[in-house]
Amino acid sequence: MAIRSDEIEGYFRREYGRCVATLVRFLGDIDIAEEAVQEAFAVAVDRWPVTGLPPNPGAWITTTARNRAIDQLRREASRHDRHAQAALLYGQEDPAEEVGPVRDDRLRLIFTCCHPALARPAQVALTLRLLGGLETPQIARAFLVPEATLAQRIVRAKKKIKAAGIPYRVPGDAELPDRLAAVLAVVYLVFNEGHTATDGDDLVRLNLCDEAIRLARVLAELMPDEPEVLGLLALLLLTYSRTPARTAPGHPLVLLPDQDRSLWDRALIDEGQALVRRCLRRNQPGPYQIQAAIAAVHSAAPAAAQTDWRQILVLYDQLMACAPTAVVALNRAVALAEVEGPQAGLAAIDGLDIGSSYHPLHVARADMLRRLGRTAEAALAYDAALALTANAAERTFLDRRRRELPGRP
Amino acid sequence: MKQYLLAVHMVEGQEPPSEDEIQQAYKDVDALNAQIQAEGAWVFGGGLHPAATATVVRIRDDEVLTTDGPFAEAKEQLGGFWVIRAADLDEALAWAAKATRACRAPVEVRPFQDDAED
Repeated sequence: MAIRSDEIEGYFRREYGRCVATLVRFLGDIDIAEEAVQEAFAVAVDRWPVTGLPPNPGAWITTTARNRAIDQLRREASRHDRHAQAALLYGQEDPAEEVGPVRDDRLRLIFTCCHPALARPAQVALTLRLLGGLETPQIARAFLVPEATLAQRIVRAKKKIKAAGIPYRVPGDAELPDRLAAVLAVVYLVFNEGHTATDGDDLVRLNLCDEAIRLARVLAELMPDEPEVLGLLALLLLTYSRTPARTAPGHPLVLLPDQDRSLWDRALIDEGQALVRRCLRRNQPGPYQIQAAIAAVHSAAPAAAQTDWRQILVLYDQLMACAPTAVVALNRAVALAEVEGPQAGLAAIDGLDIGSSYHPLHVARADMLRRLGRTAEAALAYDAALALTANAAERTFLDRRRRELPGRP
Repeated sequence: MKQYLLAVHMVEGQEPPSEDEIQQAYKDVDALNAQIQAEGAWVFGGGLHPAATATVVRIRDDEVLTTDGPFAEAKEQLGGFWVIRAADLDEALAWAAKATRACRAPVEVRPFQDDAED
């Protein structure tokens, strides 16, 4: 059976995280594990087109990688490298046996990558590199960071893991809630970075959204009993389902009320709503689950005018109770405006203690003032929002809204 | 086993805690020391006199030069430290969490280059 190189590339992307995670368990060293997995894929690129696809490509890669790593460690062990010898003892238990993944391998690696002793940007880069199988230049481009900076970030993080002895282990029950929150925050950050680029011309960098959903799916598969994991996956799916409607010809940014809902991705909505229902049955609400529930209410409305804003307001009140952030308070004010009118919404916004550099605040104020017919004040609020955003699509949108104000040139 | 330095950082010139608070901190640190020893994690530890008591020795032009004062003219100075044995960073961080509570100051955790003897 002929196999094309892009198919092998596909296996590489799909299997990389699993293979590296298993090899880290065997070898106790991330660099050696990565190197071995990359070498094994290089062998696959040579061999598979001739021999055909092995029955279990992932296991083939892992076994080949381990054998290569053991060979390399043997060479290093002769140079009296203590670590190499230790790893060799570890990896040598049964060299003939095929290396199978343990269900927890990737989970261990995720918790290592997202350890609180590493800074958030390093957690994000490591997670995408080791579990997502993304190349350093790809990650750098996606985050608009110079490649050298990102490479340095990954090297430093790996060094710290090794030198400081950051364990390769799923945290115990006592630590799990905090540690899991960090993992979910990393995945959510990746998604948001993809969903609304803070800079540049593409409103949606599909790549990072796909990556985040892929990671969230892995987490949901590995931790099916953690409702917040399901909540995060649901939130990402429901948010992503609207992507085809977020842009239109001549409109680089179309907001929720103006979106053509027939463009929404039905399959993603169905999957997201099913997850939200599963969370509701468990009745252990958390911030991601509530945000997913809000997204589910939006996705259930056939038209913007049919949105159940009362339900959304109730959900924002719940969210304020467990995650009282400025962003949530602002969104609650927007929901309040839909239920009680723009006057109530504006009063709620003006009662918030949010720094004036948060541009969504000005966007929301501008919209309330526009609806109240306070045109001059609305124009000032649009100006304030425009001054604070670099995203081209968002700027075009705000500028258009400002020019559409009655009596404005 | 790995070894970690748990360094207690004191901010100089800050309002000193009350006498009761200081006495309680001493008691808490004693209790923590006993626990570290009982669990076999103890290597060494102790509190230091203020940075004003420090003396710096260095080589300049091949001569030993001795000067008054701490090496770094910083507001934060080392107030004391532990050296502990731990299986990994999580274990060390668990001790650090107890340490920062006991001495009411931030604790920096640093791994030693060499592992413990056992």
